[in-house]
Amino acid sequence: METIAKPAVAERPAAPQGAPSLASLGRPPYRPLFWRKLQDNLVQGFSVLALALAVGVMLWILATILLRGSEALSWDFLTTLSAPHGFKGGIGNALAGTLCITLFAAVIAVPPAICAGIWLAEFGKKSRLADALRFSANVMMGMPSIVVGLFVYMILVVPMGANSGLAGSVALAILMFPVVMRTTEDMLMMVPDTLRESGLALGLTRCRVTLQIICRAARNGMVTGVLLAVARVSGETAPLLFTAQFAKTWPTAFFTGPTANIPVLINDYGMSNFEDLQTAGWGASLVIAVLVLSVNVIARVAFRDKKD
Amino acid sequence: MDNTQEPKLKIRARKLSFFYEGGHQALFDNDLDIPERQITAVIGPSGCGKSTHLRTYNRIYSLHRGQRAEGEVLLDGENILDPKTDLLTLRRRVGMIFQKPTPFPMSVFDNVAYPLRLHFRLSHKEIAERVEAALQGASLWDEVKDQLRKSGLALSGGQQQRLCIARAIAAEPEVLLMDEPTSAIDPVATLKIEDLVLRLRERFTIVIVTHNMQQAARISDRTAFFYKGRIVEVGPTKQIFTAPKEKKTEEYITGRFG
Repeated sequence: METIAKPAVAERPAAPQGAPSLASLGRPPYRPLFWRKLQDNLVQGFSVLALALAVGVMLWILATILLRGSEALSWDFLTTLSAPHGFKGGIGNALAGTLCITLFAAVIAVPPAICAGIWLAEFGKKSRLADALRFSANVMMGMPSIVVGLFVYMILVVPMGANSGLAGSVALAILMFPVVMRTTEDMLMMVPDTLRESGLALGLTRCRVTLQIICRAARNGMVTGVLLAVARVSGETAPLLFTAQFAKTWPTAFFTGPTANIPVLINDYGMSNFEDLQTAGWGASLVIAVLVLSVNVIARVAFRDKKD
Repeated sequence: MDNTQEPKLKIRARKLSFFYEGGHQALFDNDLDIPERQITAVIGPSGCGKSTHLRTYNRIYSLHRGQRAEGEVLLDGENILDPKTDLLTLRRRVGMIFQKPTPFPMSVFDNVAYPLRLHFRLSHKEIAERVEAALQGASLWDEVKDQLRKSGLALSGGQQQRLCIARAIAAEPEVLLMDEPTSAIDPVATLKIEDLVLRLRERFTIVIVTHNMQQAARISDRTAFFYKGRIVEVGPTKQIFTAPKEKKTEEYITGRFG
């Protein structure tokens, strides 16, 4: 046994001589409370005002599209093909096209994005490669979506010689990828390290710990992240203008030809001078807003983490 | 150091030093003997290296970049710090319980069945049998037998910790490392776990890190006192708490610092 340095017994420092005691000093006069209370009220007031502003704008938007769009709404409107001015038409093809484009975008983007997120959180961590990946994801998230649309136009539409729903999906997938990757990483990072350690301590491999324990623990958050990303891109217009474009038919030529979708329909109808088309545009706005809202609500309610 | 004890030594640490990322040294030439089927308590003030020491016994530190150990940790005479050591085999032999309960995000049953399915070739019936036995062994069976399908996360903190103990002992380890297993748990649940640890002593070699000196005195056979990364004193628990040889030990156990 090695000897250790002689322990220093802690002694209470003696009070300095000659300093006046607290008791002899007594309690000094208080500062007034008025200004502090005013400050408190002002901060609270501004917070409420800011909240009212944010919620107010949202309600205003919702009220407007409800008011303008609801008159267009009917079962036929949702299920029939779009029609030119003067003919009775719906948004069925656009709705179907939007669902196809968005879902296929998710199919392309989500698996690699989740794998990349897992790699970042579990293996890449603070390595240079991981930092480079995070940085480029941040750059991609800041990229204007119309630039992504133009890019896909260059690499897919031009070589294929035609606009297509597929090209639209690819554009949306590019927008989704960094979002899903980063939320996956964030969710996995929130799982405490002790869970990793307890898996390893039982003799599990890193792979098993990651896939069967850590991902399972973070599952709800990851699903929420995917749903929010899907909701986010499903209303994107700019990337679809050059890629999916629009078609007056059902999206049967998804892989090879222009494909109808709601954002571009709203864009076209909104710019037209005909009142019936404008009303249909409002109706389509209402539909896509309700869709996005419900995906948001589902993501937040159904996949909320139970407290543990 | 008194190597004259009769029981076989399960683990022997020799000149064990430990370094965190950036070269900060946390352990200095630790020599420690862990006798088989006894409870060895490791005590000392916060940051003295007791957990760090424990975490070398199953090399769990190797999850973290830049952490390394020097010296030897001999498990049945074999140096587990040797890079050639197979970590999966090592961890099958040396189980661990952590400070915070860490149930896996799955049912109570599956938590305990997980290591069984992983390590052994067993029929469904045998697994169910062993899950029950492990939960019994962890004094949890009576409380959860009707809710085996419930998520392990839904149990109380004390129950979760006993679930983790059940999971660890189901894997039939030889050594059980416990890193402050009761520090996040209420006093009643703590006593339950202490009783449990005392019973587990018959089958497992136990090393328990604790910052609760009464706990060390209540349950352990031998106690090692750590201070600033060094082992100041090791001996039978009774002797450490009644007649410590080192002044520092005496100061610590009488509560003068720590």
